[in-house]
Amino acid sequence: MRTPIAYFLLLGALLFSMGTVGVLVNRNALRIFMSVELQLNAVNLTLVAFARMHNDLTGQVLAFFSMVVAAAEVVVGLAIIVSIYRRRRSVDVDDVREMRW
Amino acid sequence: MPLDNVVFWVFAPISIAAAVGMLVMRNVVHAALFLVVNFFCIAVMYLLLDAPFLFAVQIVVYAGAIMVLFLFVIMLLGVDRSDVRTERLFLQRPLAIVLAAAFLVEISVAIHAAVGFSTLAPEGFDQLQANGNAQAVAEVLFRDYFFPFEVTSILLIVAAIAAMVLAQRKVRAVSQAELDAVEAEAVS
Repeated sequence: MRTPIAYFLLLGALLFSMGTVGVLVNRNALRIFMSVELQLNAVNLTLVAFARMHNDLTGQVLAFFSMVVAAAEVVVGLAIIVSIYRRRRSVDVDDVREMRW
Repeated sequence: MPLDNVVFWVFAPISIAAAVGMLVMRNVVHAALFLVVNFFCIAVMYLLLDAPFLFAVQIVVYAGAIMVLFLFVIMLLGVDRSDVRTERLFLQRPLAIVLAAAFLVEISVAIHAAVGFSTLAPEGFDQLQANGNAQAVAEVLFRDYFFPFEVTSILLIVAAIAAMVLAQRKVRAVSQAELDAVEAEAVS
């Protein structure tokens, strides 16, 4: 493979910071969730790149576990969003303020 | 120029453009579709990094299952209402972009210090997975990480039950006497 490993790491870092911007800027819960998915994918890319760099398959297994956890997280999170929407006809995270001081 | 370099420089800009598109699209459905494009590009990166099993899993699980779930929920909740775009916090958007850029610079410096921008991947990865990538991953997964793997199955069951409990509509149980009363009222 002739592509330097750092390029993959930089791509992962760039996608992660874009996901960070999405989480910080948006107020629609679905958009925040999609940005979190982008961050998770960026970290997975970094894990796989490090697996290649160290000649060690553990990184790929870790990325695999992270995908499973991400799937579980999406299922529970979307269920919470649906139930919040049923209650208050909105997915704006600023509207959900009962548990805030 | 070797082939994997070409593939990288084709798909990396596409994935970045798709991420930008996801952030700036006003319609949530369009944002979700851009995210699918981004996931496909990351899957191609896995292929470049000699992880064909994760490439397949990425496409099936992320671009397939998770994004279908997202689109399903978006359609269920309705998308015609446009998002409120006004800022409620002072300078929130510029500050978020500045902080993310600072984070990116920090990570780049760390990568430069720890890996180096021109370090090539070492040889010998092919010998590590001589019988195929899936077999090699399975060996690591089922030998060294067997207990976490089993715990993961519990996690998935808990998540499935939690989703059903959270998203169900509360339905009141109706007794036979009430049904009879309604029927008698309809007859009379």
